[in-house]
Amino acid sequence: MSTPVIELRNVSVWYGEGDTRTEVLHNINLKIEEGEFLAIVGFTGSGKTTLVNLMTGLLKPSAGEVFYRGEPITGPSPERGIIFQNYSLLPWYSVYDNVALSVNQVYPDWPKAKRDEHIRKFIDMVSLTPATDKRPGELSGGMRQRTSIARVLATDPDLLLMDEPLGALDALTRGNLQSEILKIWSANRRTAVLITNDVDEGIFMADRIIPLEPGDRSGLGPEYRIKIDRPRDKKALNTDPHFKEVRTEILNYLVTLAEASKAERNESLELPDLKPIQPGTQSFSWLRRAS
Amino acid sequence: MAETIINTPSAEKPPRYLALKRYLPSMTKIVAGLPAMGKNLGITLASMLLFLLVWQLSSSYLYGVEAESRIQRVLEEQGPAEAAKMEACIASGDVSCKPNTLPSPSEVLNAGQLLLADHFVISADKAAFVEKTAAVNAQRKAAGQAAITYTGRPSFVDQIMTSLKTVAVGFLIALFIAVPIGVLIGLNENLRVAFNWFVQVFKPVSPVVWLLLVFMIVKTLTLGSDSDTSFLISAVSVGLCSMWATLVNTSLGVSSVNQDYINVARVLKLGIVKKIFKVILPSAIPLIFTGLRITVSVAWMVLIAIELLAQSPGLGSFVWEEFQNGANDSNAKIIIAMFVIGFIGFLLDRMMYFVQRTVSFT
Repeated sequence: MSTPVIELRNVSVWYGEGDTRTEVLHNINLKIEEGEFLAIVGFTGSGKTTLVNLMTGLLKPSAGEVFYRGEPITGPSPERGIIFQNYSLLPWYSVYDNVALSVNQVYPDWPKAKRDEHIRKFIDMVSLTPATDKRPGELSGGMRQRTSIARVLATDPDLLLMDEPLGALDALTRGNLQSEILKIWSANRRTAVLITNDVDEGIFMADRIIPLEPGDRSGLGPEYRIKIDRPRDKKALNTDPHFKEVRTEILNYLVTLAEASKAERNESLELPDLKPIQPGTQSFSWLRRAS
Repeated sequence: MAETIINTPSAEKPPRYLALKRYLPSMTKIVAGLPAMGKNLGITLASMLLFLLVWQLSSSYLYGVEAESRIQRVLEEQGPAEAAKMEACIASGDVSCKPNTLPSPSEVLNAGQLLLADHFVISADKAAFVEKTAAVNAQRKAAGQAAITYTGRPSFVDQIMTSLKTVAVGFLIALFIAVPIGVLIGLNENLRVAFNWFVQVFKPVSPVVWLLLVFMIVKTLTLGSDSDTSFLISAVSVGLCSMWATLVNTSLGVSSVNQDYINVARVLKLGIVKKIFKVILPSAIPLIFTGLRITVSVAWMVLIAIELLAQSPGLGSFVWEEFQNGANDSNAKIIIAMFVIGFIGFLLDRMMYFVQRTVSFT
């Protein structure tokens, strides 16, 4: 078996120390194979963004190791491109300049004309040519996310990471962009990781789905293989028995875990024995004693 | 036979000046805003009238009090005959016995006209002087001597110009000191800690003390040169007094760049120079300009006090001289200077606001 593109070995992430220590991810083991489309689904607050930041290198694990093609990750790099949840476009640059920033950085040796052509090609691919010179503030949410997609794809990343890329969009735009991302992805079938809170989206787009346990100390749940042929048809999916089965299984898994973690928190806690202080009844005996 | 060459423009590009339109308010917007603007204008005019009324009433009340006390004093010291003479004198409005108090709006208006007329007299005088000395100056220049310059009294308008020049130089000094230092301490946590006490301690220091400090330093540095240092002293003091807002805002802007933008720079592995110029500075520009706007206001405000003390020409020394010479229209001229100072300060602030809006990305 070849080296996985990304491998997480016994990775845990926590913030704070001692009593205030909160563990976000607990003992994660994951291998992402060449050319596969992996989706990780989970509730908000289960550590999805933390997980993807580990893969980009923006975050270092508190314990365990993260490998990229067998090498430990020391920091972020453009070969692991990421589409951020909140687009993260630079608001002072136009669509063109936002894409240009990454293209110029990744292909500094190309002649100017070639870079220009490349930038325009990718803006066109996400159908934003009419908005080339507009700034993010003048664009709709969907257009901003397209810009962000163009910016990442233009650098031809070896691994495409998507952190809830469509989370802030309305259902209609969401559906359109899902198909568009799939279309672009299927052109060269790079390895892709999609982080999402939408189980349907995960099943529609991915080859493999792994749920992330809700709450603190999240670990990875069992993996589900999606055996639906590509290109997939969103409408036909709703009646596909395999889709329905996987969907029910994943939802059941997540909901059961969520209930369990809620139940855990319902344990009765012993309240500290405190008495309210009445204003004006405090005596300053310790002061008098001192003098 | 030569072929006809038809020159067809490949693509119609909008003319360059149209790009300016972005920064100008559109006509429809102006028309739509007219009713609200008319209402606001009405309210403003009404409040101005009220202001003038209150001013007129208080000045005539103060005039009455002053006249009363003057007559009373004469009565006590020189007897009823002299007191009656004084009363008649005051009633006639003679300059020699005019009560010295808050001038009325009309007096101030008169003083303003006088100042303007005075300016035309002086500039005519200056032009005549230049014409008269042109030949001599040409000779002196040829002989390698310094030209003869006009050394007459500066007019009110000249004083305004001098003040504007001082504040401009002071502002540039503040800009070139505060922005680079602000960027550096914004970027580096250790530098921020190192500079913190410095900023906290020197920020609240009064303009007067800055002036004295600058005086100590400049006096020693310019030893032996007979040039006039008062302009330099006041400009540097203005710069030092007003730079703090820019320094603090720049460092805040640079240190509080949105983490998302920083992450973009990190993922792309931007070099430090590119990171500063393409991500950090553009993001900090709104705050930098907020600081610069405060700096301009502060610079204009402290300028008057500094000129007053440094004996350098300008509006501040104009006010001080008028206060000292006690002429019958001095008070009115001081009020004129007050309005001019306020109005120029307002214009400077508007100007900075416009620049800020143009360069900010939002």
